[in-house]
Amino acid sequence: MGGHVLLIEDEPNIIEAIRFILSREGWRVHTHSDGRSAVDVVRERAPDVLILDVMLPGRSGYDILRDLRGDPATAGLKVLMLTARGQNRDREMAEQVGVNMFMTKPFSNAEVLEAVRTLSAP
Amino acid sequence: MADDPADESGPVPLFVERHTYRRRRLMDAIRALPVLGVVLWMLPMLWALPGAGMRGAAALIYLFAVWIGLIALAGGLLLALRLWERRAGLDHGERGR
Amino acid sequence: MTTLNGLAAISVAYVLLLFAVAFVAERVAWRGHGRWLSAPVIYTLSLSIYCTAWTFYGAVGSAARNGFEYLTIYLGPSLVMIGWWWGLRKLVRIGRSNRITSIADLLSSRYGKSNLLGIGVTILAVVGTTPYIALQLQSVTLSVEAFASVDPETAGQGRHTALWVALGLALFTVIFGTRSLDANERHHGVVMAIAVEAVVKLAALLAVGVFVVWGLSGGVGATLARIDASPLADWTVPGGRWAGLTLLSAAAFLCLPRMFQVLVVENDNDAQLRMAAWAFPLYLMLMSLFIVPIAVVGLEMLPPGSNPDLFVLTLPLSQGRDGLAVMSFLGGFSSATSMVIVAAIALSTMVSNHVVMPLWLHYREGGASVSGDVRNVVLLSRRLSIAGVLALGYLYYKLSGGGEALAVIGLVSFTGVAQVLPAMMAGLFWRGATRNGALAGLSVGFAVWLYTLYLPSLGTGSVLPPSFFSEGPLGLAWLRPDALFGIGGLDPLMHAVLWSLLLNTLVFFTVSLLSFPSPLERLQGAQFVSIQQTPGRARRWTGGVAEAEDLMVMTQRILGAPEAHALFLREAQKQGMPGPLPEPTADFLETLERELAGSVGAATAHAMVSQIVGGSAVSVEDLMAVADETQQMVEYSARLEAQSQELTRTARQLREANRKLTQLSVQKDAFLSQISHELRTPMTSIRAFSEILRDGDGLGPEEQTRYASIIHDESLRLTRLLDDLLDLSVLENGQVSLNMRDGRLSDLLDRAVAAAAASDEGSGLRIVRVEADEDHWLYTDIDRLSQVFINLIANARKYCDADAPSLEIRVCEEGGDLVIDFIDNGTGVATEAQEMIFEKFARVSDREAGGAGLGLAISRQIMTRLGGAISYLPGQGGAAFRVVLPQAAALAAQ
Repeated sequence: MGGHVLLIEDEPNIIEAIRFILSREGWRVHTHSDGRSAVDVVRERAPDVLILDVMLPGRSGYDILRDLRGDPATAGLKVLMLTARGQNRDREMAEQVGVNMFMTKPFSNAEVLEAVRTLSAP
Repeated sequence: MADDPADESGPVPLFVERHTYRRRRLMDAIRALPVLGVVLWMLPMLWALPGAGMRGAAALIYLFAVWIGLIALAGGLLLALRLWERRAGLDHGERGR
Repeated sequence: MTTLNGLAAISVAYVLLLFAVAFVAERVAWRGHGRWLSAPVIYTLSLSIYCTAWTFYGAVGSAARNGFEYLTIYLGPSLVMIGWWWGLRKLVRIGRSNRITSIADLLSSRYGKSNLLGIGVTILAVVGTTPYIALQLQSVTLSVEAFASVDPETAGQGRHTALWVALGLALFTVIFGTRSLDANERHHGVVMAIAVEAVVKLAALLAVGVFVVWGLSGGVGATLARIDASPLADWTVPGGRWAGLTLLSAAAFLCLPRMFQVLVVENDNDAQLRMAAWAFPLYLMLMSLFIVPIAVVGLEMLPPGSNPDLFVLTLPLSQGRDGLAVMSFLGGFSSATSMVIVAAIALSTMVSNHVVMPLWLHYREGGASVSGDVRNVVLLSRRLSIAGVLALGYLYYKLSGGGEALAVIGLVSFTGVAQVLPAMMAGLFWRGATRNGALAGLSVGFAVWLYTLYLPSLGTGSVLPPSFFSEGPLGLAWLRPDALFGIGGLDPLMHAVLWSLLLNTLVFFTVSLLSFPSPLERLQGAQFVSIQQTPGRARRWTGGVAEAEDLMVMTQRILGAPEAHALFLREAQKQGMPGPLPEPTADFLETLERELAGSVGAATAHAMVSQIVGGSAVSVEDLMAVADETQQMVEYSARLEAQSQELTRTARQLREANRKLTQLSVQKDAFLSQISHELRTPMTSIRAFSEILRDGDGLGPEEQTRYASIIHDESLRLTRLLDDLLDLSVLENGQVSLNMRDGRLSDLLDRAVAAAAASDEGSGLRIVRVEADEDHWLYTDIDRLSQVFINLIANARKYCDADAPSLEIRVCEEGGDLVIDFIDNGTGVATEAQEMIFEKFARVSDREAGGAGLGLAISRQIMTRLGGAISYLPGQGGAAFRVVLPQAAALAAQ
């Protein structure tokens, strides 16, 4: 295994949980928790998979993803989106801006692991 | 402030009821009172002419008599006006019921 | 023999009695039991300040010198009162509806709120009244000397009488004349004291009269015979002087600043005027009834050469009737003091509103919108003006040397203030009267009066050389002060009255015809002239430009914070606005300006509002209203306007309701998303870590403990959220049971501050409190109330964004309610968000601050249950919340 995952999320406990789950399986995990500077961090880190929360301080996950898709360098990045709001409208919004996978909190650990594996497969 | 005809809004009828008529004449009297006062009190201007025989106590009594008369008239007319207004108010009240 | 010390003691006792009367009247009015204070009888008695010491002593002197001429001084006012329907009624109504504070304010207001005119009238009034005040001081001194001359041991002791009287009067006037700022909150204490003085002086004069007629003269018949036999009996009054003096006294009755004060400013309703219309002439008649008998008997009985101005006093003294003499002295004392008190109040209001305040506002940087309380400045300037007016009067007395017959000074003063009459009466009845006309007329009248009467009254040779009078200035004979245009041989007083009023009116009329008034002037003119037809409506402000908050800041400075809040809230409710700030509509600005005018005068109020709003505009409809003369159109448009206002108001309320509903619906969606987010976030951590623990191969004991404690914390967070939601729902449904008990406010605040500090990461918030104000006992649900306090303090910790954050907790009582304000020094809440912050889940900023946005919603529910209220307080600098506890919950401090 051993891919590179970037997690953008602001709840410290959720960060800790995902980092634990993924790194136990051999992933390298970097985290970031501010919405405003998220796009720059993604460009700099160039991860294999991006896990993106929707409600972030400063900027919403949708806006960040829209920016990423607009830039050729990051347009093909695999993105898993997490949201705690869980209404249909949120899923539609996510699909509009070009998400690869969408998951509602709370999730099971196995689901997350599986999703990251699927996304990182060539 | 309903005591003033100019205050009553709406079209003014040509003829008014008897008590309204009385009330208006009462107000005319109140308005005329100072004119009466001026005329009576300015009469002494004639006394200064030579040959006018008014002097002393008689002049004093005349001036004070006019004074008392004006006060009584002013008080009386205002009292009457208030009575008329009260009666008019009652009439209106009964008709309203 | 009554010694001077005895006399002084009696005077002091009498003054103390007046203090007591004024004090009690103020208390009664303050408690709101004061209906009887504005009874028509008291109004009528207060008018008696027309009868000053000049009347009390001087009338007899005048009768002794000039026969029946003294009567004209009373006939004029009697005619004015009996003819109340013609002029006074309108004057009083205009005064009330425009909250006029003085005669200078009336003219300034009528002629386009011109402060220049206000200043002119003020100067005229001060110059005209100063000699009159000196006259009062002189009369008291003379009357004291009359006692001293009978009692040779104490002769010369009364040298400083005038100074002491002036000081005492200044003190009394400052205490009771500047208690409240708003001219429409009437001076109950002063008016009541004056009513008492009116009774005293009438009783004293009648007592002396009765003593003279029945005690000395031997009955009515004998008295009349004596009159016929006396030198007074011949009718010597020239016709011109008889009519001229009557006219002059009638004019002065309307124009004297002190008379305007009691007639118009202190007037409360039309009923007062109706009674005064006959009762005041009665008072005047009684005051003048015994003048001639006293004069005749005085001339007969007292040694030749004794001063007839003091017969009222010296007749009883010469007969050994000390008691009667003392009573007579008190009557004269009353006459003098009541005149000086009211004159000082009236003049100080003018000086303060038209001279001091405009200057002060001009020299203060930033103008009207600077924060800080102006009321103290206004009050201080009034107090200083009172002291200044009395000091001027005293100086005049000292410099003039106290010679002269009393009546002469009085008539000089009358003629001076009568110069206001043309501008005033034309202002009420003629729309064509203009500001320039009024200014020109007043100036000419004033100049002629100074030249022909005032300067000569100071005595030939004192200011002007004697040659000036005999040959005219620079030898121009036609400019001689006592024979203008070469027409000599006239009585000097009548000469001055004739020329000053004639030239005044002529110039006023001509300039009015030639000049063109400004729009504001025309509107004010139309409103004053047709007060009955178009009440209230003056001119429009261009609304919407002003920021309501700026206006609030300004109003607070002048009316004080509680009054300003009440006014703005009332207006906001009238407009159907939900918050405490009304929209700055034209109507609101007019109301505000009128309220302010009651405190600082029309011109200043207008200037202050226009500083913030940026100038008033006269709209096309207003100009049409001016141009349109017919009663019909005015009425029709008034009705249309009322309807359209009604519609506008309804539309505004509907718009407001609709906006609120839309907001609520958006909020409901946001609420569902929000609550989902708030519930799912802790749930995610719980689920993730419990799965990690379940599959827990290879976890160290340390990690196990750590993850378990995360699960624990997150479930606590969930519980807290659910508790808040349940709490709110219970409060909203009214199912909550209150746990009422006694507690001290200061303890409660102590606990709340401690609890808020413990629950949060300490952000260094400084808390400012005044322990002394917090000494209140409460009977309420202490726990619930402290929940509200904790929430407010915690909010300040979270949201106050100042570099050195501090929170001020102010406690005060307002109208019986206990008010607790929490004011921080951050940027506060944006105006548009102020009404939303009390809604559920309405977090004001996107700043992440924890909490689900339920705190203020819960606080509002709690305060409603406790019978109080919580609201946002705009215009305080930072975020400010006001908690109001009703009277029942706040027990008196024990």
